[in-house]
Amino acid sequence: MSTTERFIPDRLQSPLATRLKSWESLLLLVAIAIFIANSFASPYFLNAWSLSDATFNFTEKAMIAFAMALLIISGEIDLSVASIIALASTAMGAALQLGAGTPVLILVGLGTGLLCGAFNGVLVTRLGLPSIVVTIGTMSLFRGISYIVLGDQAFRGYPADFAFFGQGYVFWVVSFEFVLFVLLAIIYSVVLHRTNFGRTVYAIGNNPTGALFSGIRVARVKFILFLLTGLMAGVASICLTSRLGSTRPSIATGLELEVVTMVVLGGVNILGGSGTIPGVFIAAFVMGLVTFGLGLLNVPGIVMSIVIGALLIGVIALPRLWAMWRK
Amino acid sequence: MLKRLLASREVILLGAIGVLLALIATRFPGFVTPANLAGVFNDTSPLILLAVGQMIVILTKCIDLSVAANLALTGMVVSMINVAAPGLPIVVILLVAVGLGTALGMINGLLVWKLAIPPIVVTLGTMTIFRGMIFLLSDGKWVNSHEMSDAFKAFPRAQVLGLPMLSWIAIAAVILFTLVMTRTTLGRAFYAVGGNPHAATYTGLNVGKTQFWAFAISGALAGLTGYLWVSRYAVSYVDIAGGFELDVVAACVIGGISIAGGIGTVGGALLGALFLGVIKNALPVVNISPFWQLAISGSAIIIAVAFNARANREKGRIILKSAEHTA
Repeated sequence: MSTTERFIPDRLQSPLATRLKSWESLLLLVAIAIFIANSFASPYFLNAWSLSDATFNFTEKAMIAFAMALLIISGEIDLSVASIIALASTAMGAALQLGAGTPVLILVGLGTGLLCGAFNGVLVTRLGLPSIVVTIGTMSLFRGISYIVLGDQAFRGYPADFAFFGQGYVFWVVSFEFVLFVLLAIIYSVVLHRTNFGRTVYAIGNNPTGALFSGIRVARVKFILFLLTGLMAGVASICLTSRLGSTRPSIATGLELEVVTMVVLGGVNILGGSGTIPGVFIAAFVMGLVTFGLGLLNVPGIVMSIVIGALLIGVIALPRLWAMWRK
Repeated sequence: MLKRLLASREVILLGAIGVLLALIATRFPGFVTPANLAGVFNDTSPLILLAVGQMIVILTKCIDLSVAANLALTGMVVSMINVAAPGLPIVVILLVAVGLGTALGMINGLLVWKLAIPPIVVTLGTMTIFRGMIFLLSDGKWVNSHEMSDAFKAFPRAQVLGLPMLSWIAIAAVILFTLVMTRTTLGRAFYAVGGNPHAATYTGLNVGKTQFWAFAISGALAGLTGYLWVSRYAVSYVDIAGGFELDVVAACVIGGISIAGGIGTVGGALLGALFLGVIKNALPVVNISPFWQLAISGSAIIIAVAFNARANREKGRIILKSAEHTA
């Protein structure tokens, strides 16, 4: 939103690195505490297969969260990711009806994600529209197309080898999704923290005009970030569709909220300019463990969403309340 | 120049609605009979009420995504009160609805004002929290028509001078807020705060506090609509008006309210809502599946925001063309 421009440029927070460092170690402590609490709360928790199941709660969301983290650091946001999942899944289902095999399905899923990301990116960078409204619009549009195609129907009958992406295990209890999640975490860490491109993302988030004047192609970097977010939504769509084995237009409804929560919980500044991938990585575990623990205690999904919503606000509110109280 | 463009925005929309109606009339003359148009207006009244509140919030550079959840929570509370105490006069129900809605809106407002949390984050969070609270309150059960008292259900349908009460309330809200926005200091403060927050601060306006009142008004209207909604449809459950916040934002954007704040009128919100209302009511008449509606409102948001951006871009002197694009 436009508030971004007002707050970012002239106010860099205290020693950034030290603060983030403490945020991540705090998060790690929280994750460990939840882990211990869970193992006391339910006898079914401490079991290799249970824990492996628990990872499915967050792997798909986390894949998107990595790309979303970069996008939010650059000062933009994409609220249409859940709808991209729906549209990519619908496209794969349609391809399946036409007799496509698994490799084609993958290409269709990734391609749809890229196209949707490109669409968002063009609207934001070419036409200069605010990303929050654009992606609220495309959120309706992308899922709307799924509804037009599917109505109250569903696509089923995905080939057996397609099931590997969402249900397969690489070895023992380590699922394909989990391996992909860790790989992506490493790739995004390197890109954000070890490359020129990563530095430009921070620069843009802190001061878009300053970045432009220092020769960074702001619009182009933002476009690439929208592409990446769309691509990750496509990857998540493949995993989710494969795991569920069917496509309905209501697939992944409300997932964008959890992705944004994960990113914010990971210490990324919602106004842009700061944040790390390791933070998001740990936040994924925290959220996965919380929802899995509550699930084991038979807490209904909608109550969990209260926890997610409170987490989203609390994570930003608490440090500010703390700062106000110390003053 | 800008003034003239804005003045014509309402005219353009009115024309668009007229053309739309004329097109439908060529094939389905029954649609444009006064009785049916009154029906369409009545059907759109909840959207008009929420769009007026949302417009004020957007004017102050914020956004309220929690309106539909606020509506549903307030609706559930008043219908449960009605079940518990069927004899309670409707005036009390109305006061409770407006009061609770205002309180929920004030929670948003306080978080934005006192803790300076971005409005999108606050209202994404409270959106899920409010929905979850409905579940906790109702235990996931429905309040059905036969459980509600007759007086409770009769109020929005009561005919006054040929129109139902629901329509009259929407008309009253439009008149009231047109007066508030154009004739009171608070109304002008909303424009000032959104148009230029720094200048507003220097003229002695408290930006955060003004935003707080915008959220309170949006909440009050959402609460009021909550009662009208559950009594009109004679049912209340967790998911009523799910996703309706997107229609509300769409109505505002279509109505020419700039998402960057400071630009917009009550008349614009009214016409934006009516535009969507006519489309929604015409779809079944012209035999298009209701599944198209989501994609249509999504496209309408994108087209309208692109249109707004073009209309607003001509203001001021462009010093660095590409910076304007990316900022």
